[in-house]
Amino acid sequence: MRLKLVPQDTSVDFLGSWKLTFSASMVMMVLSIVAFFTVGLNFGIDFRGGTSIRTEATQPVDVGAYRSAIQPLGLGDVAISEVFDPTFGPDQNVAMIRIQTQEGQESVPPAVLDQVQAALQEVDPSLRFTSVESVGPKVSAELVRSALLAVGTALFAILVYIWLRFEWQFSVGAVAALVHDVVLTIGLFSVLQIRFDLAIIAAILTIVGYSINDTVVVFDRMRENLIKYKKRPLIDVFNHSLNETLSRTVMTSLTTLLALLSLFILGGDVIRGFVFAMIWGVIVGTWSSIFVAAVVVKRLGVKRDWSKTDAEKAGTQFSTGS
Amino acid sequence: MLQIPLWKRALILLICLSALVFSTPNLFYDRVERHNDAIAAIEAGADPAAVEAERSLWPDWAPSYLINLGLDLRGGAHLLAEVHVTDVYADRIDGLWPEVRDLLRAEREIVGNVRRMPSDDPGVLRVAVSEPAGLQHALETVRTIARPVQTLLGAGSRDLDVRLDGDEIIVTLSEAERLATDERTMRQSLEIIRRRVDEAGTREPTIQRQGVDRILIQVPGIGSAAELKELIGTTARLTFHPVVNVTSDGSAVPGPREVIYPSMDEPGTWYILESTPVVTGEQLVDAQPDFDQNNRPAVSFRFNPAGGRAFGLYTAENIGSPFAIVLDGEVISAPVIQSHIPGGSGIITGRFTVEESTRLAVLLRAGALPAEMTFLEERTIGPELGQDSIDAGRVAAVVAMVAVLAFMILSYGFFGIIANIALLLNLTMVFALLSLIGATLTLPGIAGIVLTIGMAVDANVLIFERIREELRTAKGPARAIELGYEKALSAILDANITTFITAAILFALGSGPVRGFAVTLGLGIVTSVFTALFVTRLMIVFWFERRRPKTFAV
Repeated sequence: MRLKLVPQDTSVDFLGSWKLTFSASMVMMVLSIVAFFTVGLNFGIDFRGGTSIRTEATQPVDVGAYRSAIQPLGLGDVAISEVFDPTFGPDQNVAMIRIQTQEGQESVPPAVLDQVQAALQEVDPSLRFTSVESVGPKVSAELVRSALLAVGTALFAILVYIWLRFEWQFSVGAVAALVHDVVLTIGLFSVLQIRFDLAIIAAILTIVGYSINDTVVVFDRMRENLIKYKKRPLIDVFNHSLNETLSRTVMTSLTTLLALLSLFILGGDVIRGFVFAMIWGVIVGTWSSIFVAAVVVKRLGVKRDWSKTDAEKAGTQFSTGS
Repeated sequence: MLQIPLWKRALILLICLSALVFSTPNLFYDRVERHNDAIAAIEAGADPAAVEAERSLWPDWAPSYLINLGLDLRGGAHLLAEVHVTDVYADRIDGLWPEVRDLLRAEREIVGNVRRMPSDDPGVLRVAVSEPAGLQHALETVRTIARPVQTLLGAGSRDLDVRLDGDEIIVTLSEAERLATDERTMRQSLEIIRRRVDEAGTREPTIQRQGVDRILIQVPGIGSAAELKELIGTTARLTFHPVVNVTSDGSAVPGPREVIYPSMDEPGTWYILESTPVVTGEQLVDAQPDFDQNNRPAVSFRFNPAGGRAFGLYTAENIGSPFAIVLDGEVISAPVIQSHIPGGSGIITGRFTVEESTRLAVLLRAGALPAEMTFLEERTIGPELGQDSIDAGRVAAVVAMVAVLAFMILSYGFFGIIANIALLLNLTMVFALLSLIGATLTLPGIAGIVLTIGMAVDANVLIFERIREELRTAKGPARAIELGYEKALSAILDANITTFITAAILFALGSGPVRGFAVTLGLGIVTSVFTALFVTRLMIVFWFERRRPKTFAV
């Protein structure tokens, strides 16, 4: 008895209603962009500068009391939130306090930090400061720049690689799918106001990596079938390829999701945002391989007669000998 | 394809075996770490017998490479400092003045009187001469002090730019010299920070240069970033100045070439000093905590020969006048010179506690930072938060592992078991490689490993699905396995190379935690391709050779 999530021979018409699925993706992208420009991302101190303090106490967190303790110090915008997590013990009460960059300071001066810690300790003497992080505006601006550079470079490098290994249409399709994934992730983070910091950039790049992995496997089968079935209509060849790889797509997505879910539930709150981004990425990445990448390639059309170029292309194919 | 040559089999087994061997120390992290500390202590000159108990916790012959735990897992402090490299230009230019003055004085007949003019930019020396006719000659004379720059980049250029600005001669450091000076300043700062952190005796600090003028400092186990800042952020610049005047008016305007500094011990007292020091802390060769004749804590010091000579000469000429000892812009004390002090040693007294005198001695010994620093980024992570993260990560990894293993067996049966062995070997390899290259494991790095668990099965899934398909076309089991591997290869390589590209870019452009993640992800990709293409294949071939099944199901 084997667990078979996908029956042996499926013939799902993935691309039959491509107009519907593709429009759905487009609408989601537009909504994400709207959310990004109206609600905006909840940037962490990595990108906006400032100080974040993580407190841990045996007594329950009283956000109001914390706030009124810090208010008289005149530090401007102070955000306080309680952190909940199933991995916390019964008398482990955690809060995050974020203080904006102080005017004209590269980082929050130690005197100010001492004041804040003293004021908070007055509210709750059991309070401990498990992490204190300050990022100056100069560094945060650079971090934003290098993060954008990293995402841009990764997309470009993938564009070039797929172009070399396949045809340019595939390359456009793959990058369209990746842009789709990145935009949707940023949209979701805007809507849910999850803290967006350096680690999330790593997560987005991993999503790019995962999604491209998935897309390339589908493309590889399409390339193979395009050579095999020279006369069949393009849409049939693509649907056939998607069905052939469906079992693998489901298996890999599920194992990855299993691993990520256990990390999401049990991995602690520090990386929850990061893992959440990746879970979302696996879902949209799988969707976009089929409903964005394949659709774009289908719309752009591909050369059907591969026989002539086989000899030329042989140099760029990996040898299959053992 | 089902024939794998013997040497290849041996090599694959050897790689798997060494992965097992080199990842083992991480299972006994605490013991191995204490063993390594003991070895390091013996190398540093500790008595081997004293640390024998620690050392024997782990056998000497066994590999003892460990994965470094990042700050977010172990706790500690992280600082990113920017060094004000331009500070040094002003010092250099200041130091030039006596030389320029003496040179021009020797030519007094042609150039007349020499005066240093005020300059807005401290990195510019402005000199005026009273004879306009001698201006050209003065310019030529000053130019002779410029020396060729001794760097690869600045070959052929000189260290000073000397030119006329109206009727003043202006002297600045040349571009090549500025670069060379920046380089020296950075190297010196790094060295001094390293020495100070080492004196504090913490385990495996990271002190790295970043970009042109930044230094990244990570010290595990230290209480807070503020503590670390105090240790390394103090310039500890010690200078000895002639005293011009003592005043109680802090807003008094010092004359030209004079500075006003507050007293460290007596609030409300300010000293007006000549701004050019007689000797500086750079000429110190030793400093020790000590006690003065009244048994109060003090610091005794010794100058190098040049410093000792200058100090001796000055004290001989100025008996009876006060002399200020200045540390970082504050006057520690201003004793009156009682007698000529030859030999170049002395004692600094002040209102020190024993701790303060010890710390001052450490700082003076390590040397002064050549320039000030601003801290652009500082992070403190408490050890308990790090431990929580490790515990949570460990539980999550085990649960993820079990879930994936069970899922694979349910889906692929016997082949699932093979994939699972490969997966475990794969993780072992990631750990072995991380230990061998001394990579740092961060919290996102753990996430990278958990993700690897999920993705590592992908290559095997691709192969197994392919074998399933080929079995259906009924070419016989051997041929099906062969074709499965053959046809899955291009998909596996293309998919993993693109993912590897993103990991490489993350590593090149990322910083801190992102880099740690990129390393684990990149290694995970390499090892998972290796295990899928070689290890599982070898296992399947072993099985096939023994059983020779007529049919089988994946």
